[in-house]
Amino acid sequence: MGRYLLKRLLLAVITLIILSVIIFFAGQVLPGNPGRAILGPFAAQSAVNALNHTLGVDRPLVAQYWTWFTGLLHGHMGTSYQFHAPVSSFLYPALGHSLKLALLAFIIVVPLSILGGVIAALNQGRAVDRIISVTGLSLSTMPEFVSGIVLIVIFAIGLKVLPYPANAPGGASIVTQVRYLLLPVIPLVFVLFGYIARMARAGTIEALASDYVRTATLKGLPRRTVIRRHVLRNSLLPTITVIATQTGYLIGGLVVVETLFNYPGLGRLIYTAAQDKDFPMLEAGVLVIGIVYLTATLLADVLYTVLNPRIRLGGAE
Amino acid sequence: MATEDLRDTLVAAPGLTSVEAERALTDPGSLAPVPLTGGTGGAGGALDSSVRRIRREHLSLLLHSPTFIVGGVILLFWIVCAVFASHFAPYNPLAQNLLNINTAPSAAHWFGTDALGEDVFSRVLVGAHSILIVAPLATLVGTVAGAAIGLVMGYFGGWIDNIFGRLVDAVLSLPVQITAFIFIVALGPSSLTLILVIGFVFALIIARTVRTAVLQERELDYVAAAKLRDEGALHIMFVEILPNVIAPIVVEFTVRLGYAIFAIATLSFLGFGIQPPTPDWGADIANTYQYLAAGYWWETLFPAIAVASLIVAVNLIGDSMEAVFVQ
Repeated sequence: MGRYLLKRLLLAVITLIILSVIIFFAGQVLPGNPGRAILGPFAAQSAVNALNHTLGVDRPLVAQYWTWFTGLLHGHMGTSYQFHAPVSSFLYPALGHSLKLALLAFIIVVPLSILGGVIAALNQGRAVDRIISVTGLSLSTMPEFVSGIVLIVIFAIGLKVLPYPANAPGGASIVTQVRYLLLPVIPLVFVLFGYIARMARAGTIEALASDYVRTATLKGLPRRTVIRRHVLRNSLLPTITVIATQTGYLIGGLVVVETLFNYPGLGRLIYTAAQDKDFPMLEAGVLVIGIVYLTATLLADVLYTVLNPRIRLGGAE
Repeated sequence: MATEDLRDTLVAAPGLTSVEAERALTDPGSLAPVPLTGGTGGAGGALDSSVRRIRREHLSLLLHSPTFIVGGVILLFWIVCAVFASHFAPYNPLAQNLLNINTAPSAAHWFGTDALGEDVFSRVLVGAHSILIVAPLATLVGTVAGAAIGLVMGYFGGWIDNIFGRLVDAVLSLPVQITAFIFIVALGPSSLTLILVIGFVFALIIARTVRTAVLQERELDYVAAAKLRDEGALHIMFVEILPNVIAPIVVEFTVRLGYAIFAIATLSFLGFGIQPPTPDWGADIANTYQYLAAGYWWETLFPAIAVASLIVAVNLIGDSMEAVFVQ
């Protein structure tokens, strides 16, 4: 088990390094001239050259990459072109805001979708199952800004029961903050619900059809006990993996939701950085997202390994 | 080992649809070719006629499925709009009328007018054009490129497969939206950028599926026979193996199409696609949502409903096709 996890960790680190190379070269090589991008088309060439020299972007790319990479290892993410201040002073607060949103989404969606999936599986083929499955599938295919707009029109403009945009006044209580975050969180919940519920349903159906459940039923255990002790334990295993891998999706969804609701999170920060050609900010932000995603998948692997005796006891392969 | 491979696939393919993911976990073999046309390769005359019979049965099953009909009607409506709407829309979608801005829906303007006094109804009808061109093109680019990469990865294996595999992992560890940001900085916003971004990401996802299928084909006798005949690698990949993995590629294309509409609508909402004043659902929503707080909901809601209806239509069609073909 230790070797297996070590292998996964190593792969994640390699993936991350490759990602950093891709991000760096895409960000630095393709758009050409950062000095020109900052100073605009009318600045004197000498000023552009001077700025490029100060930024260090007139050096060979490999040297630039090395400076950037070693800086990252020391926690220096560079200076924002746009704000002329360290990237980290914007990145960390934004990350905090986004985590709040993501956390609330998971708190709502995980119990809800697992419950939905299990209920659908226990009623396989009946109307309840059809309703849950079809609703879940339809919701998960809706882009966040579409469901977000419909929700805003209904709840913020029509019924006036929820606030829009999503910025809670400073120093608001947790309840008020959650109330402000509810509208942006629901579109994320919609998309996630379909995925997780489908996995929970599939896992439960598979467990229900297994020999050990038949044995448990035949030896006379009450249905409730069979479901709790034998079905759920096995059916939730793949679901855990899916939940972790959905973090990647969730971050993409955050970009959209944060833009629509004008919420100062990481997604919107990267979005504005891309628009303003603020490469240090863009590169650092994208890398942070890569780290979050790879950490989440790694965590899923660890959980899966801990929970699944076949991997835990069977060694790496 | 199977479990690990499987989870690799799931983990690194955020774009995997729930249906695929579920099928993959419950039935590991299912990511391999699905015999759509009743078997491929070595077909004789008798098989040909039975293939045709099965196709006819599938078609009649589809035409009797209510979900397929509803989806088809909605899709057809938007296709007609995409092609002809500029002829029958009540107003010129680009005609501004600054004396008549932000008016609520009325008999004259069914969906109201926007901040420039443009007729929202006409803009929604004509706006079908861009997404219905960009989405299939992007999916096609992704499928063709993905099939080629997947064939190379699966056929050669070894270090080529490893290097490509790591690259795919790295890129797919980012959400599409974020990958798009990097493209947008490099290429600037346009329909072409959208097609390239989506095509690129889809190519990586499809390459994984095709690679898995090719890995199984590679071990079969006809490949060994071709090698003995001294055929070149290109010939074996594209003439011998490709026809036998075409089924999963076709399935991928149809599944990806729905996802492409999702992604393209989202990216045009973020300002990466068609630029105003050309009508486009995502771009129109991006330009009007700031007026939501002022209560001008019609400018944003109707294009949003148009996006939703197109996505529902494509999913209904995909669902009914899957029910008929993959029993």
